[in-house]
Amino acid sequence: MNSIRQADFGTPASKKAAEITLTVDGFDITVVAGTSVMRAAALLDRPIPKLCATDTLEPFGSCRMCLVEIEGVKGTPASCTTPVTEGMKIVTQSPRLEKLRRGVMELYISDHPLDCLTCAANGDCELQDMAGVVGLRDVRYGMDGANHFDEASRVPVDNSNPYFQFDSTKCIACSRCIRACEEVQGTFALTMQGRGFASMISAGTSLDDFFSSECVSCGACVAVCPTATLEETAIVVHGVPTRSVETTCAYCGVGCSFEAELKGDTLVRMTPSKSGGANEGHSCVKGRFAFGYASHKDRITAPMIRQNTTDPWQPVSWDEAIGFAAKRLKAIQAEHGIAAIGGVTSSRCTNEEVYAVQKMIRAAFGNNNVDTCARVCHSPTGYGLKQTFGTSAGTQDFKSVEQTDVMVLIGANPTDGHPVFASRMKKAMRAGARLIVVDPRRIDLVRSPHIEATHHIPLMPGTNVAVMNALAHVIVTEGLVDEDFVATRCEGADFGRWRQFVAGSENSPEALAEVIGVEAETLRAAARLFARAKNGSIYYGLGVTEHSQGSTMVMAMANLAMATGNIGRPGVGINPLRGQNNVQGACDMGSFPHELPGYRHVSDAVARALFEKDWGLKLDPEPGLRIPNMFAAAIDGSFRGIFIQGEDLAQSDPNTQHVTEALAAMDCVIVQDLFLNETARFAHVFLPGTAFLEKDGTFTNAERRLNRVRPVMKEATGLSEWEIVCRLASAMGYEMSWPDAAAIMDEIARLTPSFSRVSHGRLDTEGSMQWPVNDAAPDGTPTMHVGGFVRGKGRFMLTRYVPTTERTTRRYPLILTTGRILSQYNVGAQTRRTDNVRWHEEDVLEIHPHDAELRGIASGQRLSLASRKGATTLTALISERMPQGVVYTTFHHPVSGANVVTTENSDWATNCPEYKVTAVEVRPANEPSSWQIEHEQRHPGTLAIADPAQ
Amino acid sequence: MSVIFVPNDSAAVSVGADDVAAAIVARAQEQNIDIEVRRNGSRGMFWLEPLVEIEHKGTRYAFGPVLPSEVPALFAAGLAHKSPGAIDHPKALGPTEQIDYLKNQERLTFARCGLAEPLDLQAYEQLGGLAGLKLALKATPKDIVETIAASGLRGRGGAGFPAGIKWKTVADQPGSEKYICCNADEGDSGTFADRLLMEADPYCLIEGMIIAGLATGAERGLIYLRSEYPAAIAVMGKAIEKMSAAGWLGDDVGSCGRRFEIEVRRGAGAYICGEESSMLESLEGKRGEVRAKPPIPAISGLFGRPTLVNNVLTLAAVPWIMAHGAKAYAEYGQGRSKGTQAFQLGGNIARGGLVEKAFGVTIRDLIEGFGGGTASGKPFATAQLGGPLGAYVNDEMLDLPMDYEALAKAGAMLGHGGIIVFDDQVDMAQMARFAFDFCAIESCGKCTPCRIGAVRGRETLDKIIAGDNVKENLLLVEDLCELMTDGSLCAMGGLTPMPVRSAIKLFPDHFASPGADQTAPNAASAKL
Repeated sequence: MNSIRQADFGTPASKKAAEITLTVDGFDITVVAGTSVMRAAALLDRPIPKLCATDTLEPFGSCRMCLVEIEGVKGTPASCTTPVTEGMKIVTQSPRLEKLRRGVMELYISDHPLDCLTCAANGDCELQDMAGVVGLRDVRYGMDGANHFDEASRVPVDNSNPYFQFDSTKCIACSRCIRACEEVQGTFALTMQGRGFASMISAGTSLDDFFSSECVSCGACVAVCPTATLEETAIVVHGVPTRSVETTCAYCGVGCSFEAELKGDTLVRMTPSKSGGANEGHSCVKGRFAFGYASHKDRITAPMIRQNTTDPWQPVSWDEAIGFAAKRLKAIQAEHGIAAIGGVTSSRCTNEEVYAVQKMIRAAFGNNNVDTCARVCHSPTGYGLKQTFGTSAGTQDFKSVEQTDVMVLIGANPTDGHPVFASRMKKAMRAGARLIVVDPRRIDLVRSPHIEATHHIPLMPGTNVAVMNALAHVIVTEGLVDEDFVATRCEGADFGRWRQFVAGSENSPEALAEVIGVEAETLRAAARLFARAKNGSIYYGLGVTEHSQGSTMVMAMANLAMATGNIGRPGVGINPLRGQNNVQGACDMGSFPHELPGYRHVSDAVARALFEKDWGLKLDPEPGLRIPNMFAAAIDGSFRGIFIQGEDLAQSDPNTQHVTEALAAMDCVIVQDLFLNETARFAHVFLPGTAFLEKDGTFTNAERRLNRVRPVMKEATGLSEWEIVCRLASAMGYEMSWPDAAAIMDEIARLTPSFSRVSHGRLDTEGSMQWPVNDAAPDGTPTMHVGGFVRGKGRFMLTRYVPTTERTTRRYPLILTTGRILSQYNVGAQTRRTDNVRWHEEDVLEIHPHDAELRGIASGQRLSLASRKGATTLTALISERMPQGVVYTTFHHPVSGANVVTTENSDWATNCPEYKVTAVEVRPANEPSSWQIEHEQRHPGTLAIADPAQ
Repeated sequence: MSVIFVPNDSAAVSVGADDVAAAIVARAQEQNIDIEVRRNGSRGMFWLEPLVEIEHKGTRYAFGPVLPSEVPALFAAGLAHKSPGAIDHPKALGPTEQIDYLKNQERLTFARCGLAEPLDLQAYEQLGGLAGLKLALKATPKDIVETIAASGLRGRGGAGFPAGIKWKTVADQPGSEKYICCNADEGDSGTFADRLLMEADPYCLIEGMIIAGLATGAERGLIYLRSEYPAAIAVMGKAIEKMSAAGWLGDDVGSCGRRFEIEVRRGAGAYICGEESSMLESLEGKRGEVRAKPPIPAISGLFGRPTLVNNVLTLAAVPWIMAHGAKAYAEYGQGRSKGTQAFQLGGNIARGGLVEKAFGVTIRDLIEGFGGGTASGKPFATAQLGGPLGAYVNDEMLDLPMDYEALAKAGAMLGHGGIIVFDDQVDMAQMARFAFDFCAIESCGKCTPCRIGAVRGRETLDKIIAGDNVKENLLLVEDLCELMTDGSLCAMGGLTPMPVRSAIKLFPDHFASPGADQTAPNAASAKL
């Protein structure tokens, strides 16, 4: 069941515009055409009894509870499937309707166990509610007829899924779950087995249970089930929640809104909010179910310090920990200079928390040595879109995809990485949108039930720019440029140069086909499809940015969008699928060493003066160090102290040996996190952080949407993260404080033009908003660059394809590329501490059957994965999703050591690591790599916490 | 050389037509007589099958029912060398078309059935086929639709919806991606007219579909044909091939520049797929489950596109109407029931088979006149009209005319034209139970009144039959019937009460327990 706080109008809102006036029980109401009678009545607060209808699904008309009388219409039509017509006169209640509805309920209950008081859905069951509404008092058929609940007939409860159970004895065969799986999630895992009275919901085939089926545990079926048939295990165990708080998921950049439903401080259930701008009532297995890490036993809630990283951790008071940290940092600065320390902000934290950290670094540390994990993911997006469009963000809202005709998806795997948005894409495809997939792997969106990409371009990793240039070549040379758009919206001279450049024969599909590894005709067909689309849109992920030409590629995509006129209206645009929940926000908040909040360069005296006035001190006009520079300086000995907010550098950054060497070289490593992560092995101060359920603030998702994050419970640590930061800054000598998180946002709004009309108060009363939110756009900006680009005119940039220096050799003949899987999230710190591990217990290496056969590798076999940087071992999975010559793994488990193998190559403009291209060799192995042995040996010592008695 | 006709219709084959044909060939070879055996469709006189015919000087002479063992005697009597009219044999029936059963019919749609080999396209044309299509090719779509509307043709699948309105609705929808879906999922027990036509005169259906395509702008037609009709599937498939080869189907229908293609889709054994929206679901490859309306298929049907769904007999009536004009067709029938209906006589009847007759013929004419009363010779008790969801009638209702409105007024329905006759041995409580049982077995399970109601109805009838709280349970059955009628999503659940209520109303004493064994009026109830 969905949260009972959410109203249900029975059928979805119509998207039509024409208005229709009708009367319901004598009252006039005007609604848009296409509205159902049921919805019209509900809007008048005259709800009609219903069971199979719910407003997240198309009407189905099966339960027959919602029958009404309509003047001049024969019989008693179902209100859910009857659209309103002008002048229609509806009667929602009459003796005839009462008898019919009671008769339907009598049939339902004749096949339903009468165990309401001990049922998990007691108090949370629409069948129970409706039985009350229709006044059923007697089941004249008796309870001894054919049924699905007695000992002889019942099918055992399917408990295979860790998060919800399926009890068919409670099923009323309304098909809501099947429809949710199809319409909302788009997985088509559920079906109705048998017919008539034997109709039974089935996950997969009759041999499957929920766990073994295609089910992706998004929870959509559970949310719509009107009975206890599909019920969260937590409800079965704990009972129905008593309070709920709307907040925002802390996993990926989709930024789904949820109702956190609790009893006391026990979080029982997370149900997706229908009012959530990003998710509109949908969810995935992570946000919906994998929240148990927040109360996991590994969570550290007391501050800890240690003199040396070989010592056990000493739990201490907040004052002692902060005093220890400040003293060490100040000592470093005294000895090695102001610039010898810095920090890293976290895309996992709120805007307010990130803002506090960067302010601490700029004001209390006195330098610009602040960087963020976007360095390793979407920094090229920031650079590339700023160069071409003038701002560092995606151009659309997620809803825009409903209006697209052709999507190009590049280097992203949304069904795993951004599942809720993937469902929107699949829905658009089922409604007729076409898709071009640019990805080495045959990802699910290439072909899965009821959807198929029109073109798949399985390029060799590292040849993105070549693909873009080839597509652009076709568009320019075949007369497919949107000349009007280019002439009015873009810089003419830059376009002229670009047109000449891409028209060059070296950029033709024929010339580049061999480099890309895809036939020229496929590239030409894809270019034509995209260019001729009424609305063409580009969606992309880290497969675009994490390359040596990541920034070039972002600009190349922007060129393509401008050349085809696909910017500035719904259904088009350039849309980065952001990885972390608040990576957009962290970037917006001034987390880069060269940029103040709002992407204003530190050398910009006007911008700097604004902050200097507000903060009451002078700011350094020189950009600080990027993360890789910090590591290099640490190894040099010139950078010796770092404050790391919620990021596991030692696991997530490339070339692990290099990272750990840098960390080990520092005098003061401060880690603010929920868990003792890999980086904490090298830390001297551990400041326990707060889980998202304890935070008060905002996250900004991939569509620039500011979503409120509300404190569902008190901080387990006793302090908010920004308050800890304030205390550290103050201990460093710069007094920093705010009365509450809302005051931080007020300061952000005061100092950042694109946020000038943002406040917690507005977000609470008016709902989420997409920046810019300012005087020009007081309610936010769903679509950017309407009528003109932020920088004025769009700028075409030359994007010459330069192959990466990371090439295959005889020694390393395969290319390794990396990605994520649905059930796990990034370095796995959260998801590994939930039952999600049941879907992905270890990282595996996917390899094409031919490459495997050449090396004598079988699925399930251990193998060594080695690059010129290092080696690890993984389990093999032979997969025809892979093209020949390319292998793939995920990086969710520390022991996998995926980054032991990756190199220090990076994007020429932003230093974003080239995670996606590493030349490797794979061979059977029967023992762990030396790195893994070392890692295991180091494990107990570096993470030990001292016994309080010591 | 004599031409001998032995039907290859499934009904004829089921009673030995193949063996008879083989025996004739063997006998002729033995006796070195030059004959040609042609496997025609059935004339629809099933009680005479296998019906062997010999053509002589333009007249066909009938012999039947012929057993294989009787073939030598027939040869001895002069079959294949004597003038057939002169053959003296107990199975000699004289000129086929002089047999009363056939002579008294008004065959328009079925006029060609049984005359020629089903796939003989030349014969089809000689017998008047393609005349309607040729005229349609010269007409505008609007003219065709108007002709159909003016003819008064109504849907022959059972609902009797005016075909012209449906055709116009589809024709009025924009775009060219439209479909003609022929419902050939003839699942009503006791009906066989669709099958007989498809096996005997497949081109007629194809011609009707092409005309429908021309009228509505659809370029694709699908025939949803039940898997239980393998012979019809084979014949239709070959007929489509031949029509394509002859240029009547394909990219350039009859050289008019228009496209129309037909394919046969095989059903998978679900009665509910005869319901048009379930059929569309099934055609889309989905579970056969009823769709809610609106939207109606004419606006959003197969794959969400405008779709004309018509029964075999509706579409097969079209070529005659086009060839002879709307007025000629409308001259048959009465009131708002124009044209002819294929009545299918079955059950306990002496002369079972197909009777095409203008609307207005009485039930008595059909059962007694054509059908010759019960097969058992026992007194007539009841007949179920319109398939398993139709009402029962008793002997007092036999003079009702077969007319949509007249029957509806009397609480019965015409449906697809099936008539199943019972003699006085019938137990109507069991028949009422059967109605629920049939619904329970065939319900798609989507809507609650049908899914659960049918099962509860069967159980409650069992209680009534067992004499358990009969009065209360009869009230409960009536409440359930009301709920299923008003509340069901489609006609499956909505019409199941028809046989139940009519049985209770017309034969109350069959439900009059306690002590059913004493009050039941006939021997059948003894088994209670």
